Amino acid sequence: MVGAVAAAAERADLGAKTVNHYILIGLGILIAVLTVVAALGVLPSLRIVPDDTHFDFTRFRRISFPISAALSIVAITLFFTHGLNLGIDFKGGTLLEVKARSGTADIAAMRTKLDALGLGEIQLQQFGGPDNVLIRVAEQPGGDAAQQAALQKLRGALGDSVDIQRTEVLGPRVAGELLAYGMLGLMLAIVGILIYLWFRFEWQFALGAMIANVHDIVLTIGFMSISQVDFDLTSIAALLTILGYSLNDTVVIYDRIREMLRRYKKMPMPQLLNESINSTLSRSIITHFTVTLALLALLLFGGHAIHSFTAVMMFGVVLVGTYTSIFIAAPILIYLGVGEHREDAPDSATPAKKSKA
Amino acid sequence: MLYFTRWKALGIILTALIVCLCAVPNFFPEAQVKTWPAWAQRRLVLGLDLQGGSYLLLEVDSSYVKKERLDQIRDDVRRTLRDAKIGFTGGVTVRNDAVEVRITKEADAQAALAKLRELSQPLGGLMGSSGQRDLEVADAGGGVIRLSIPQAAMLDRMRKTIEQSIQIVERRVNELGTVEPVIQRQGNDRILVQVPGLQDPTRLKELLGKTAKMEFRMVDTSVPPDQAQAGRLPPESELLMSASPPPTPYVVKKQVLVAGGDLTDAQASFDQRTGEPVVSFKFNTSGARKFSQATTENVGLPFAIVLDNKVISAPVIREPITGGQGQISGNFTVQSANDLAILLRAGALPAPLTVVEERTVGPGLGQDSIEKGELAAYVGSILVIVFMLVTYRLFGVFANIAVAINVAMIFGLLSLLNATLTLPGIAGIVLTVGIAVDSNVLIYERIREELRGGRNAISAIDAGFKRALATILDSNITTFIAAAVLFYIGTGPVRGFAVTLGIGIITTVFTAFTLTRLIVAWWVRWRRPQSVPI
Repeated sequence: MVGAVAAAAERADLGAKTVNHYILIGLGILIAVLTVVAALGVLPSLRIVPDDTHFDFTRFRRISFPISAALSIVAITLFFTHGLNLGIDFKGGTLLEVKARSGTADIAAMRTKLDALGLGEIQLQQFGGPDNVLIRVAEQPGGDAAQQAALQKLRGALGDSVDIQRTEVLGPRVAGELLAYGMLGLMLAIVGILIYLWFRFEWQFALGAMIANVHDIVLTIGFMSISQVDFDLTSIAALLTILGYSLNDTVVIYDRIREMLRRYKKMPMPQLLNESINSTLSRSIITHFTVTLALLALLLFGGHAIHSFTAVMMFGVVLVGTYTSIFIAAPILIYLGVGEHREDAPDSATPAKKSKA
Repeated sequence: MLYFTRWKALGIILTALIVCLCAVPNFFPEAQVKTWPAWAQRRLVLGLDLQGGSYLLLEVDSSYVKKERLDQIRDDVRRTLRDAKIGFTGGVTVRNDAVEVRITKEADAQAALAKLRELSQPLGGLMGSSGQRDLEVADAGGGVIRLSIPQAAMLDRMRKTIEQSIQIVERRVNELGTVEPVIQRQGNDRILVQVPGLQDPTRLKELLGKTAKMEFRMVDTSVPPDQAQAGRLPPESELLMSASPPPTPYVVKKQVLVAGGDLTDAQASFDQRTGEPVVSFKFNTSGARKFSQATTENVGLPFAIVLDNKVISAPVIREPITGGQGQISGNFTVQSANDLAILLRAGALPAPLTVVEERTVGPGLGQDSIEKGELAAYVGSILVIVFMLVTYRLFGVFANIAVAINVAMIFGLLSLLNATLTLPGIAGIVLTVGIAVDSNVLIYERIREELRGGRNAISAIDAGFKRALATILDSNITTFIAAAVLFYIGTGPVRGFAVTLGIGIITTVFTAFTLTRLIVAWWVRWRRPQSVPI
């Protein structure tokens, strides 16, 4: 999937340079016209989700839970069999992005030249345009100094035929630390958000959100394993963003559930959850659509440097995040015993506070 | 919810306006901004990934620092015991991160302990109040005295080493004539060096990779080098190799006549007779005196100029050098003479530095990233704006005004904080545009719902705001926590993303709570609507 998107971006890239300005000016005019028309109230009202939607989402938990469980198992299996394509940030080694001074880059010639250096396995890959090549050299034995020596050799061997656009050299210890920090950060974020939700809601909500959270991360890691995008610091950034926005969505639904719990003391839980999901559905869809628009722009025009970053976010925020809040985070509250003891609650107090499991 | 006092409305508008205005300096060329008053000079800093440049993470060798200190303690112990005429057997040894000495006579042990305790200084000099000392002297039993470095003392030493190293690194980097390099301490034992615009850091790394410990020492002429190599080395001398190829051995006395610390200046120049590149230097007063005395006493004998334990040259002293000036020749090229002069001027590093992380970005790639980031930002924003107009019509116009001010405020706050803008940072702003309208969507959907519930226009708008704002706060705080964690763990470009994401959340919440409400409130007061066109 990433490959297809990258190819699309390539095409967009070539055309972009010349057409850019016309597109932008055209869109600007469109906005101006639309603004005037909208302000005058001539446009028809658009309802993305019909007002009287009453879809039975919670019934799907008998399907969605097993599906999610199965997908999670697949993702975890992938993680252990395929593994992640650790980027230089976490693996150490040397990376060079070079651009041929004239014409296209001759990868085969470059390969023979670099293989002769005896630096172990060297990966060469076309990156961006036909004149750009990404060179990866695995970490050299012999600590930090050895990595520096390898870079020196590479620079020497490449000579004047190419411009070196970018280099990254990471020694083994720094790479190890970055990986440890990244993982620690992920845990910290989950725990921090959990604590916040625990304060704001009940522990069942926090637990439900946490399960949804881990589910998101597991599936996204599965995606990274399948697509073999580089897993580096920006991937951690993408994971944390996915976490934040998936929760954003979950919190909006939870907020509504809490409100409904206070208002309708006798409504059965599945129905109450359904009402909550349905009444926030329009917002969920519109918001995800706008985020998708933003991410799409980044994916198509943002350049190859942030490609995997946006691809991962697209998958996590748009596909997994939405599904999770509707089909996992909300229905799971039934199993966590939310709203079971509402009838006993005094009218004035918040009923949810009384629910103990 | 829809009522604002005049002062509150004014306050909101002023706040938004001032924050937006903070972004203004970014639209003027840097040279022009430099002439403005200092408070107006705050602007966005482009990250190295957008600007091009080098990022080096250097590590100070802590084991070297420890070994140096232990060697120093060993010498002190030896000298102290000799001065006090206390006999010891087996010499003074460095073992297991400590210095050990066995006192020959049991009876002397207490006296030795007392003498050696004098070596221990309170930590932090005379002002030290922690009660901790830089050396722990203990009786290990059986006449053995053990001197070790406490943890706090080692940390203190590392801290000083880093501070000193940063100064030296700063001087060396500045000698390269680069623009606005950033040099800061990172963690316990690392130094971060960022040099914008420097595409190939090879020379910088060469300059930083040398400790540049310079010494003037006498050559030991009592033993020819080949015999010394065979093992007949006098105890007060050592065998050093030449700096330039082919490696030639020299027998050099351990005693240092004058050290590099006594140099006040060094310049690359050309020898007047041979025309080859040399480095001329000047000593300070005490250095000049020491050098003058040593050269007077040793006329006719060779002395060695030693840099990082390698002999640069070993000229014969033809006459006493009393002027405190001299020159070093030693097969230099113009470049290497220049580099040596820089190193001597900047001073010696207290410990060797290793490059543990290096990232460079060429200026072309940076410019390319800026262009792509800008394009993505425009396209993303336009798509979102059009979508909002089509979906919410008049209220879409309100939302778009709020989002535009929101983005302007993001740039304002980033400038105010002198934050670094990176490519992922631009992605963060684009993402914020997508997310920022979410607050409007939440409010509008809630208003629609309240209208369906049978409320009249004004009451529905009021209730919509009231109910949606709590949700907006809750849902944004979770994302903010993620951004904060990311800021804490990330470096470079990733940190840039965390910054824009976090600031984007703050401005989003601000606009939702104030500006959007204010705009709608004005509209309600102006039109007194019977129905809501939403």
